[in-house]
Amino acid sequence: MSVMAYRDALNLALREEMHRDDRVFIMGEEVGAYQGAYKVTKGLLQEFGKRRVIDTPIAEAGFVGAGVGAAMAGLRPVVEVMTFNFAVAAMDSIVNTAAKVHYMSGGQVSVPMVIRGPGGSARQLAAQHSQALEAWFCHVPGLKVCAPGTPRDARGLLKSAIRDDNPVLVIESELLYGATGEVPQAEDLIPLGVAAIVRPGRDCAVIAYSKMVREALAAADTLAAEGIEVEVVDPRTLRPFDWDTVLASVRKTKRAVVVQEGWTFCGVAAEIAAKISAEAFDELDAPVERVTSLDVPLPYARPLEAATVPEAGRIAAAVKKALYLV
Amino acid sequence: MPDDIVALYRTMLLIRRFEERAAEMYTLGKIGGFCHLYNGQEAVATGAIAALRPDDYVLVYYRDHGHALARGSDPKAVMAELFGKATGLCRGKGGSMHLFDAPRGFLGGYAIVGEHLALAVGVGLAISYRGGDQVAACFFGDGAVNGGMFHEALNLAALWNLPVVFVCENNHFGMGTPIAVAMSRPEHLHEKAEAYGMAHDVVDGMDVLAVRDRVGDAVRRARKDRTPVLIEAKTYRFVGHSMRDPAHGVYRTREELEHEKSRDPIKTFPKLLKEKGLATDEGLAEIDQEVRRIVDDAVAFAEASPVLPPEAIVEDVYA
Ligand SMILES: Cc1ncc(C[n+]2csc(CCOP(=O)(O)OP(=O)(O)O)c2C)c(N)n1
Repeated sequence: MSVMAYRDALNLALREEMHRDDRVFIMGEEVGAYQGAYKVTKGLLQEFGKRRVIDTPIAEAGFVGAGVGAAMAGLRPVVEVMTFNFAVAAMDSIVNTAAKVHYMSGGQVSVPMVIRGPGGSARQLAAQHSQALEAWFCHVPGLKVCAPGTPRDARGLLKSAIRDDNPVLVIESELLYGATGEVPQAEDLIPLGVAAIVRPGRDCAVIAYSKMVREALAAADTLAAEGIEVEVVDPRTLRPFDWDTVLASVRKTKRAVVVQEGWTFCGVAAEIAAKISAEAFDELDAPVERVTSLDVPLPYARPLEAATVPEAGRIAAAVKKALYLV
Repeated sequence: MPDDIVALYRTMLLIRRFEERAAEMYTLGKIGGFCHLYNGQEAVATGAIAALRPDDYVLVYYRDHGHALARGSDPKAVMAELFGKATGLCRGKGGSMHLFDAPRGFLGGYAIVGEHLALAVGVGLAISYRGGDQVAACFFGDGAVNGGMFHEALNLAALWNLPVVFVCENNHFGMGTPIAVAMSRPEHLHEKAEAYGMAHDVVDGMDVLAVRDRVGDAVRRARKDRTPVLIEAKTYRFVGHSMRDPAHGVYRTREELEHEKSRDPIKTFPKLLKEKGLATDEGLAEIDQEVRRIVDDAVAFAEASPVLPPEAIVEDVYA
């Protein structure tokens, strides 16, 4: 094991996979000479050269679409979007092409590519730069979506995503890039679609992903002081989703709180809550609670921003509600 | 060479007869959805694809039956795809607008105007990455030229020196909108490449030999120099935008349509073949009989083929 930052774990995954497979290459704005807007691609241009680390113009529709075409023709592109806010400009290539080519070609052509970059809110970047849009992508059959919450998961999931024969979106967290954690020295593939029990507990399941895992763990710490044992489950991959692990946790604890940074309406948490309610209704001792961002564009002012995005206090309150303590 | 030239006629006629039967089958309800026919534009796909090697790539828009046939896809499988049958090119999951034939490097018909220009850039990038000498040919209508993707794609292809041949089929309309209503300086369409430092050319899209030669030049150049080219083929569509529209619509007059039909390659090319002594009336009649039989067989095959069973609905979502 070694301790490393989330961004370095992603960098390691890229390096390892580029060494393993010559078809893997990186493309995106500022990924080369500038070393990555968030330094995830640091050193890769020097190590692999211009053929495999390609700087693009600020033209998301074009270069994401080009990534799809390159994947269709047999390469394994890793396309970096500077943030997922800008992937919106490439939505056509992602939703109408990457997700659909395999199906509408009757299985003849596949799109083995990764689209990765930071998502979610950051510090005071306001409405156009602070959005958790994963529900948009999770909605689309043909796409896979993961959202790692730790350096180890970041490396392991990105490696699996690169080896997957489908378009996979790896939505990193802008605020986690500097977060550190243990990463095994050895090869460590985290399979797509497998959740992790981050903290075991008996009283209530808290399902959270990406940087919300940290908030859930902080809530669990506070609640533990009051004698409440929360089980924190991180699905890690949002599509395909590990229902077995999540439902087992809910069946064990009889209560569930689903945390998600995105907006409430039609969000990922809505999907998870609906499934839990349908599949584990008889075993639930309380309605499933959701903790999500308020349904507003993210305000710039720091206190307003903080009141909009879920944090540990709101998660702890939701757990108490599920336990009928408030 | 003369055989090649007669083969071009045969391909154009096959496309025309195929589209005539497709229209019939659509009217009978055997073909559903949007169905965009290629009548009038046959010389473009035929001439341009004749200039490609079997290992080159082809990407097309939704008006794609002609390109698939010109690329050598089995007419039976093409018709069966239009019928939505299991024996179709894409097992009935793509339909008229999404024909794919991977073994022929035919990487699909795409229904979002302009989207596939970026895919062609990516295919060009893959060729270049591997150090191969193939080219990617990308066909699209004049409507795509006004969208942002055209400019992003041309910029990237030129910037990265990719072997992509962009073939704009200027049929003078985007659905019901004449090109002059949608495009600034439409008479200079191909010159838009100039801004990207990209070679460009314009060709009479009703003249299959001219298309083959000019696209041939572009392909040779793309293969050798690794540079993209934009070719504008001026053509005309004799049918409605899709099977849901009448042939002339409200955006053009019957007179205009009739006048354009005097340039019909299916009529003008055989005259030339006879003048050059490359074909006789009997020979041409034989070709017509032959392609009619092929199309009849395709329809019979499509009719007789099964649809995929319901359990196949969920197949092919993920690789
Ligand atoms: C992005 C997008 N907008 C609108 C449409 C609807 N549409 C389909 S074909 C078409 C006309 C396109 O004209 P052109 O590119 O000139 O090709 P043509 O049909 O003339 O061959 C339109 C508006 C679409 N498919 N995609």
